[in-house]
Amino acid sequence: MTPLDSRVPAGPLAEKWDRHKFEMQLVNPANKRKHPIIVVGTGLAGASAAATLSELGYRVQCFCFHDSPRRAHSIAAQGGINAAKNYQNDGDSVFRLFYDTIKGGDFRAREANVYRLAQVSGNIIDQCAAQGVPFAREYGGLLANRSFGGAQVSRTFYARGQTGQQLLLGAYQALERQIGRGAVEMHPHTEMLDLVVVDGRARGIVVRDLVTGRIESYAAHAVVLATGGYGNVFFLSTNARNCNVTATWRAYKRGAAFGNPCFTQIHPTCIPVSGDYQSKLTLMSESLRNDGRVWVPARIGDARPPRDIPEDERDYFLERKYPSFGNLAPRDIASRAAKQACDEGRGVGPTRLGVYLDFADAIARVGAQAIRDRYGNLFDMYERITDENPYAVPMRIYPAVHYTMGGLWVDYNLMSTIPGLHVIGEANFSDHGANRLGASALMQGLADGYFVLPATIGDYLASTPFAPVDTSHPAFRAVEADVAERTTRLLGVRGNRTVDSFHRQLGKIMWEKCGMARTEAGLTEALADIPALREEFWRTVTVPGSGQELNQALEKAGRVADFLEFAELVCLDALHRTESCGGHFREESQTADGEALRDDAHFAYVAAWEYAGEGTAPVLNKEPLEFETVHLSQRSYK
Amino acid sequence: MDVTLRVWRQRGPSDPGGIVEYPATGVSPDASFLEMLDLVNEGLMARGEPPIAFAHDCREGICGACSLMIDGIAHGPMAGAATCQVHMRSFSDGATITIEPWRAAAFPVLKDLIVDRSALDRIIAAGGFVTAATGGAQDANAVLVPKEAADRAMDAAACIGCGACVAACPNASASLFTAAKVSHLGLMPQGQPERSRRVIRMVAQMDAEGFGDCTLFGECQDACPKEISIDVIARMHRDHMRAVWFGGEERAETGPG
Amino acid sequence: MTEGVAAPRPTTRLERFWHSTVGKKVVMAATGLIMVAFVIGHVAGNLLVFAGPERINAYSAFLHGTGELLWLVRLVLLAAVVLHIISAYQLTRIDMRARPIAYTTRDPQVSTLAARTIRWGGVLLLVFIVFHLLHMTTGTVHPDFVPGDVYSNVVVAFRVWPVTLFYVLAMAALGLHLYHGTWSAFRTLGLVRPSAEPLQRRGAAAVAILVAGAFAAVPLAVALGLLR
Repeated sequence: MTPLDSRVPAGPLAEKWDRHKFEMQLVNPANKRKHPIIVVGTGLAGASAAATLSELGYRVQCFCFHDSPRRAHSIAAQGGINAAKNYQNDGDSVFRLFYDTIKGGDFRAREANVYRLAQVSGNIIDQCAAQGVPFAREYGGLLANRSFGGAQVSRTFYARGQTGQQLLLGAYQALERQIGRGAVEMHPHTEMLDLVVVDGRARGIVVRDLVTGRIESYAAHAVVLATGGYGNVFFLSTNARNCNVTATWRAYKRGAAFGNPCFTQIHPTCIPVSGDYQSKLTLMSESLRNDGRVWVPARIGDARPPRDIPEDERDYFLERKYPSFGNLAPRDIASRAAKQACDEGRGVGPTRLGVYLDFADAIARVGAQAIRDRYGNLFDMYERITDENPYAVPMRIYPAVHYTMGGLWVDYNLMSTIPGLHVIGEANFSDHGANRLGASALMQGLADGYFVLPATIGDYLASTPFAPVDTSHPAFRAVEADVAERTTRLLGVRGNRTVDSFHRQLGKIMWEKCGMARTEAGLTEALADIPALREEFWRTVTVPGSGQELNQALEKAGRVADFLEFAELVCLDALHRTESCGGHFREESQTADGEALRDDAHFAYVAAWEYAGEGTAPVLNKEPLEFETVHLSQRSYK
Repeated sequence: MDVTLRVWRQRGPSDPGGIVEYPATGVSPDASFLEMLDLVNEGLMARGEPPIAFAHDCREGICGACSLMIDGIAHGPMAGAATCQVHMRSFSDGATITIEPWRAAAFPVLKDLIVDRSALDRIIAAGGFVTAATGGAQDANAVLVPKEAADRAMDAAACIGCGACVAACPNASASLFTAAKVSHLGLMPQGQPERSRRVIRMVAQMDAEGFGDCTLFGECQDACPKEISIDVIARMHRDHMRAVWFGGEERAETGPG
Repeated sequence: MTEGVAAPRPTTRLERFWHSTVGKKVVMAATGLIMVAFVIGHVAGNLLVFAGPERINAYSAFLHGTGELLWLVRLVLLAAVVLHIISAYQLTRIDMRARPIAYTTRDPQVSTLAARTIRWGGVLLLVFIVFHLLHMTTGTVHPDFVPGDVYSNVVVAFRVWPVTLFYVLAMAALGLHLYHGTWSAFRTLGLVRPSAEPLQRRGAAAVAILVAGAFAAVPLAVALGLLR
């Protein structure tokens, strides 16, 4: 592979994006309709990109595996979206948002990308407000803000506890407008199963119509993947059940480098696991940490009910360890602190894998009604799941896999190592470095979809000569054959173990050996366990039904088969990165008081893994991270 | 706990389908309803039988994918919850539970319990949006939105598009769904320029999809996992009358939109 | 692939109104309210029967003396009834087509008996109205009709117990029809404010009980021998 070229424009940080926009080639308005573009995925990034590209005049074909573009998992984001508006006059600025994000990501993101993200953050709020997104308002009619983890300013915009839903509906409605006009060809219930590369360029995709089972091909001048994250490699996560790595993994196997796959985020405020039947974990918005205080009993094995434990026998460990950020410490730090408390034997609840999130003080201070106004729906959700009333007894929370910072490597133009293949939103290796701050995922997804990609993709389209390629090209036939062969293989094993049982077992390996704390020994074990499990999968899995029908077992089998390959890459990446940074905590690399110890001398780079063929170790490419503006410091939230 | 399921099985859109009984044994009362179905499916698949197809995704009541008629109640017995948020503790040990798909001409069954709800998308495509192409927006605080309007708009905007309102309505009417979007956008200042056009087009599309009319049974409001009030329907009717009789006449669109 | 949506073809306002389910429903609500106003006036007049033959017969004479005005009211009522029935019929057809396959199990949660029986109740009321006109207005099916002597017509009519029973049953149907119809008409016309309990219908209940009760009081009073 050619060395990774990040294509970060020259010039001062604050001017790079403007300059780049000017220097990029433009597509003549009349020519835009001559460029078909495929957008896969309709979450915040995909829907906003598809709508915006269509508004610009491109011919967009949009795909999602859901029955409607509105169901993408962005819908589940609760807390909010950051923007450097400084509406609260509390000292926020583009630079501060940039700095908080770079620091929050433990200095493992590209400066220029993050700065651009902060720059367009305000435009996102403007755009969404113009679409009629019902953001929370003050009585005077101005927008309201709340604070979020990892920041000392109040810059988070929100729509009750359903910010992701409302932002997605805004993008979805913009997309539906284009569909209604006949400008976007929408293919719901259609799953991308492979990428088609012709003469080194991404020229199309092969999909399966999930209703009829038909394998079909679509050709275009550019392919945009907005297919989300891979948190479900852990089986239990806060991701929706159908989230998967298939699109990005298939692209990886066609030559797109995968960036920092081991950077996964564990969210501190999830409802603890209650039993083996559990199919997913439910996140409680991080905004709860604005008013809730996190604690465990000070004494090991103290099993008294929480209200019977006197104040001086409680350990408010986040407030104790991180006095200046307290309960609003960033996610990775809060998660690890909770894990430590449980590892010490001070965990609470039936499984002892939980810590309290207590609202008693906040209720005493502002009243139960004010708390109900702020978090009513979250409290209801908690009670529904646990059958406990959080107004009366403290919530129990535990960390859970939530977001993946890793993803396909992209340059400043959001293009992967395959020309023409663009990757946006959570699917790319992203602007969040080794840890994402709360309320930044929505910001990044929409920044990519509304503002960045629509500008950068034009440069690729305008500067590339396109040979006429349609789906009759032999490359499409070859990929279709691969896809069909794989489906046949999955259906043909006819073993006796269900897909879910493999997924569950894989998740257990990943959570235990590649979860919140990672060691060389554990990762090495995982790297032996995973191929063994994969081998067993292909020998004993059972997938009932046929390929020519709606077959959820088959859909799932294909996704889990990919997870079984992909998990190995995650562990490999985690093993090679012997430093601790952000969500990646190597026990071998910590400070005396147990904090993550970064190794900038050796690891200030993006690890971009390149597929080298079946049975061959992937090739590690490194994109060095150069910090021209920020000073690399050991992250401290004390 | 043990329960007996009576489940609608239908191989495909043209298969007549029918109710099939399955036992579900050893279910934890803390398991969700869908986790109970997972368990049954695991058993079926281990025997090489096709699992019961049902739509689901987020399993936290927000994506709107899940859609089951449980014992004749859309989304089951728990108020203000989607099927995925219903837990087995809501049922008694030994109960027989009937599970059917949403039933409406506009929601054809694709397989077992999965129906095609694209009609709802087409209602949105007909007018459930604010025309605001990316790029031209003014500062978000330049347009004031009274808190009360924003709150009420949010109440309506909370719709997850699951179709329970249609399923629960004896007329299979999509009025609550359509009215929720009409109200959300109609309550926001940003939605005013297209208010008339929006309601006329959305109602026309709703009718064209073959949904029934609103007789105000009130079942939709009760079934709605987001507890959207039938007040939005009154509002849609008001808007529709105003738009039809006093709105500007629509002219042919010119130029790119 | 989902198809785009067709832009509505340009039509007149009336067409756009009538061809929408909302428009037809609004017609039902508006005509329904006209009839509610009529039955309230009708029943108020009926109660004069308890004031004796002179008062009720004088009232009848007064109404017949209004000439063209009476016919105007009758025309408006006839138009309301016809439109109400046409829209009800068309909407019912639409609703039946909207759910071709019924649920095997159905457990209504909040819908009232009144709402669920409104269509059949409406048919019953139509039959009743036809009978009632032939009975008390034209006298065609009345055993001993004396034009102008309302009091005696009433007393004679309700001495036949099956007729009394039919009237009382019809009034029960009217009560149910009014209970759902009055409430839903205001909502259909959008004449309501946002409410914390949109399903409450105390006003409609009052109208339904008072009107149906007062109507039924006359045949019952005759049957019980209170009016003779």
